[in-house]
Amino acid sequence: MSTLRGQTVPDPEHALHLLRQMLRVRRLEEKCIELYSAAKIRGFLHVYIGEEAVAAGVMETLSPEDAVVATYREHGHALLRGVSAGAILAEMYGHAEGCCRGRGGSMHLFDAATRFYGGNAIVAGGLPLAVGLALADRMAGRQRVTVCFFGEGAVAEGEFHESMNLAALWQLPVLFCCENNLYAMGTALGRSESQTDIALKAAGYEISAWAVDGMDVLAVEEAARRAVDAVRSGGGPHFLELRTYRFRAHSMFDPELYREKSEVSRWMERDPLSLLRGTMQAAGQLPEETWAALTADVDAEISTAVGFAENGTPEPVSELTRFVYSDRTDDGSTGTAATGGGQAGKGGAAR
Amino acid sequence: MKTTYREAMRAGLRDAMQRDERVFLMGEDVGRYGGSFAVSLGLLEEFGPERIRDTPLSESGFVGAGIGAALGGMRPVVEIMTVNFSLLALDQIINNAATLLHMSGGQFNVPIVIRMTTGAGRQLGAQHSHSLEGWYAHIPGLRILAPATLADARGMLWTALQDPDPVLIFEHGSLYNMAGELDDDAGAVDIDKAAVLRRADGQGDSGDTLTLITYGGTLPMVLDAAEQLAGEGIDADVIDLRTLRPLDAHTVVDSVARTHRAVVVDEGWRSGSISAEISARICEQAFFDLDAPVERVCSLEVPVPYAKHLEEAALPSVKRVVAAARRAVGANA
Repeated sequence: MSTLRGQTVPDPEHALHLLRQMLRVRRLEEKCIELYSAAKIRGFLHVYIGEEAVAAGVMETLSPEDAVVATYREHGHALLRGVSAGAILAEMYGHAEGCCRGRGGSMHLFDAATRFYGGNAIVAGGLPLAVGLALADRMAGRQRVTVCFFGEGAVAEGEFHESMNLAALWQLPVLFCCENNLYAMGTALGRSESQTDIALKAAGYEISAWAVDGMDVLAVEEAARRAVDAVRSGGGPHFLELRTYRFRAHSMFDPELYREKSEVSRWMERDPLSLLRGTMQAAGQLPEETWAALTADVDAEISTAVGFAENGTPEPVSELTRFVYSDRTDDGSTGTAATGGGQAGKGGAAR
Repeated sequence: MKTTYREAMRAGLRDAMQRDERVFLMGEDVGRYGGSFAVSLGLLEEFGPERIRDTPLSESGFVGAGIGAALGGMRPVVEIMTVNFSLLALDQIINNAATLLHMSGGQFNVPIVIRMTTGAGRQLGAQHSHSLEGWYAHIPGLRILAPATLADARGMLWTALQDPDPVLIFEHGSLYNMAGELDDDAGAVDIDKAAVLRRADGQGDSGDTLTLITYGGTLPMVLDAAEQLAGEGIDADVIDLRTLRPLDAHTVVDSVARTHRAVVVDEGWRSGSISAEISARICEQAFFDLDAPVERVCSLEVPVPYAKHLEEAALPSVKRVVAAARRAVGANA
């Protein structure tokens, strides 16, 4: 049984914060599954359960002015970047109060205020965007970092290689975070890649790259901080391969015929929440009442979020054609937004 | 002043770069080579490698990077050598550029301009000769421009850069050497309206008027055809669509209501083409004004061949336009 680097955590207060962040994602998504089963939310739903340490560790190292690009398994990234659980759930309900006014759904969460650029459902499609966001910062002389999350399945796409090459060629301030959960939907890494060492692939493009235990939130945070600091200080693109595992199926439609239950339970022994919690408990760093208060807090947050989504209003059909073009929509209405880039913290004008 | 289409495009680029420091040009061979069609020749020396940025041959990567840069507050102009090559960037253009504003509920604009050549006529074979702008015009969220005149070559870029949404500019390869007079102070042009470049004199009662509708590389041949038809007593409105999306159907319908006949000339293939859309709009909005079926002159439905005589036979020509016009007015074809 693994522990987190020794028998104690160095900073219990900070560790408790990380535990809370992971628990927020876990509880939000457990609720998503419940709401999906109750047919309150529809479409594709991909949960992150088991992978929380990755988002929690990496997000901790970012500043508000940095940018984040993520995939279709991004509820956790959105939440930990600062999008409210209510806005996320309302989006899945198709409500006007959703972070994309019901046009994105589970796979396409966006938020200008926190510079959260999706929510991209095309595997590897977000990588060139991250390269471009970093290029804009570089050209404007800004000390910002763009972090791009993607799965190991994206490594097979041409856009992965094109993006590695461009980022390294132009020495752009981007941190690539490959969430290697071993399965591209139902296809194991070894069945789709001739070279399964992903960090090595990135290194082939002259990018500083290393692999990290993606179940150990402290290790993730430490590696991410090192990488983000290097990127921010002009060290060019960096790459982390975060070795993790999803405990649930690929999506709610997945019968999971491609992997053994024993493999899943073996990985669940390294549940990132249990690992951190267990280490802290064993070292007397997590009194029972602290844990109880933490779970009560998180449960209250999620319960409030569900209430917010439940009480939201369906995005009106009269608004359907808004946001196809900025201010020349077919029905003559106007819909425009700030181009996110310039200022962090500025929400879209239309929100 | 005397200028060429190529020089007018370059003047538009230079002007945009001078006016707005967020504007930069990125693409294959735009820098040291001077642009594969020499549009950006000299701009590297003038603006430096940060703003005249050579890219690897990775269309999806650099178009996506352009989209990201636009999201990041820049005003990128991305050049792709030909529309055939743009197919490698379809994911970025359609799944990202065209959809991000909508999917984000209005939060993220993508103010990118993507330029590329289109069209045949230079014996380059099928993989350098197709006219796929009609495909792009199918996509909501994109604005599709086709400059066919020196004024539009000079002015459309700046207008496009003012648009907060993604704009694709299709430059027909056979137009770059087109020379003519352009006002010294030529600048931004309207990209919302089609242009009526020639107006029929007759009022339509004599049965010898029609509307010729086209855009881009086929405009010069349509103007020639109109001239020839005038010599035969057939009067034609000539409409340059200029913008294929959003389409200015009003100008087309207005003209057809006066002339009662229409011939659409499009270098794309007939099936599922922009000419099919124009024809449908006329049928929807001007059916009772029509005195004859809408005629279409398109490329034959083959990949564009290399051999000169085969390529010529596959493409629209003055002769085919004149013949279609004669059929429309009931004259002997």
